[in-house]
Amino acid sequence: MLEVKAINTYYGLSHILFDVSLSVHTGEIVCLLGRNGAGKSTTMKTIMGLTPPKQGEIVFKGDRVTGLPAYQICRRGVGFVPDDRRVFADLTVGENLEISARPRQGFDGWDKERVYNFFPALRALEGRRAGVLSGGEQQMLTIGRALITNPDLLLLDEPTEGLAPIIVEMLEEKILELKAGGLSVLLAEQNQNVALRLSDRAYIIDNGHIRYHGSIEDLRRDEAIRHKYLLV
Amino acid sequence: MELFTGLSFSVLCIQILVGLSKATILFIVASGLTLILGVLRIPNLAHGSLYMIGAFTTYSIATAFSQSSLGFWIALLLAPLIVALIGLIMEQGLFRFLYNRDHLMMLLFTFSFTLVFGDLVKLLWGSDYRSLAVPEIFQGSYSLLGMPFPRYNLFLLLLGPVFAAGLWFLTNRTILGKISRAAAVDREMVGAVGINVNRIYAAVFVLGCYLAGVGGALVAPTQNISQGMDHSIIIEIFLIVIIGGLGNVWGALLGAVIFGLTDAIGILVAPQFGIIFPYLAVITVLIFRPKGLLKSIW
Ligand SMILES: Nc1ncnc2c1ncn2[C@@H]1O[C@H](COP(=O)(O)OP(=O)(O)OP(=O)(O)O)[C@@H](O)[C@H]1O
Ligand SMILES: [Mg+2]
Repeated sequence: MLEVKAINTYYGLSHILFDVSLSVHTGEIVCLLGRNGAGKSTTMKTIMGLTPPKQGEIVFKGDRVTGLPAYQICRRGVGFVPDDRRVFADLTVGENLEISARPRQGFDGWDKERVYNFFPALRALEGRRAGVLSGGEQQMLTIGRALITNPDLLLLDEPTEGLAPIIVEMLEEKILELKAGGLSVLLAEQNQNVALRLSDRAYIIDNGHIRYHGSIEDLRRDEAIRHKYLLV
Repeated sequence: MELFTGLSFSVLCIQILVGLSKATILFIVASGLTLILGVLRIPNLAHGSLYMIGAFTTYSIATAFSQSSLGFWIALLLAPLIVALIGLIMEQGLFRFLYNRDHLMMLLFTFSFTLVFGDLVKLLWGSDYRSLAVPEIFQGSYSLLGMPFPRYNLFLLLLGPVFAAGLWFLTNRTILGKISRAAAVDREMVGAVGINVNRIYAAVFVLGCYLAGVGGALVAPTQNISQGMDHSIIIEIFLIVIIGGLGNVWGALLGAVIFGLTDAIGILVAPQFGIIFPYLAVITVLIFRPKGLLKSIW
């Protein structure tokens, strides 16, 4: 589904990602774990085409997408949930979904109705300005907004950060439900508990380098690695 | 009822209506400027030049069809479209390559257009001023409170709410409007949900230029059409947009009404100094609300 090959990304002159490689297969949840400032969000943005890599290659569904603008990457089937949520604050919940809708021809995809069925709390907020929603509601909206673009791969950047435990639990269930529906997910997390519960495979990134790659069972057993690269 | 010596209530009322009808034109032109400023973040100094081109083009088209009583109306239809076409060429040919430049560069770049367009107008129309008659059905005056009120001004007065409603509909009820409100705040994220922001930018730029053209067409029968009308309008509409709140269409409406009213009443109260009243109003607003009356998008 997604193949990231040795990408190097810079912000201006500062080199952030060093030969980062990772892959996500169809129907998998893969997590990218790392501390504050490790380069998780930069990896996500690079895949999305928001901070194109200087070197390296990104292949999505067999096509080279390196250097394409974000809107084309989205239309090819990558949904993006950024860490700072970035709902369109001046627009209502309904409008946020409307402008993001990329209907699919043929089979049944995501539309507003399906997003509201998936997150029933959003239905009641349809006419509310997105900027006044609570953190949890905004997070449902950003996920809904990504889903309504009808992605095959969802990039989730710390979706549970700063949210109350019951909301985290609900979001985890929803993410598993999406996986069961066939969606592939790349999940950036600082919180290893969330990552260990949801993922099939894990990468650990530190200082812009991939330091570890393995199945989630291996990572769960490997206390030393987790201790070395992650907050415990 | 006498307010001041020689200044009656009815004169004041008429003057207020005249002020509001001028505000209509200011609003239409300023709304175009503020749209471009809010969504594309371009402080387009050439907006006044497009307005001037709109006025001259209206003159030429209306004169070409002068046998027909519809001359002005044909011009009102076509001239803004021509201005919009110029806008499309500017955007597609140049501006779209420069969106990542900083505001100062953009300001200087648009300034160069004011010089180019100024010379272009001189080249095409010469340096004499032109004047255009008010269209036939709006010639003459109505009698209001015993005072004459030009019919054409009544037409402008009615057009103001039509444009305000149209812009409200466009920004709040159409997908283009919703996307441009989102793009004004977070361009990158709009791209990340699959929208080609460059197309939206082009559409908004062309629409803004169209509105400059409409303003130029509407003003043509009310004043001399001359070189230099670009300068006076650009100062006025920038002040209007600033006191209203950058990028806010309703701010442009409010600012235009303040500007039109203080101008009209100023002329009445102190004819020699009338021109300074709008500027006093601007200063007053900026002292109390430095970011403008309504929410600024910047
Ligand atoms: N816009 C930017 N300009 C310059 N440097 C940046 C920018 N954004 C991030 N960085 C730097 O890039 C590095 C990686 O940041 P990134 O946001 O990718 O980390 P992260 O793993 O997502 O961290 P967090 O857990 O805090 O979200 C950090 O050192 C950060 O300071
Ligand atoms: Mg991050």
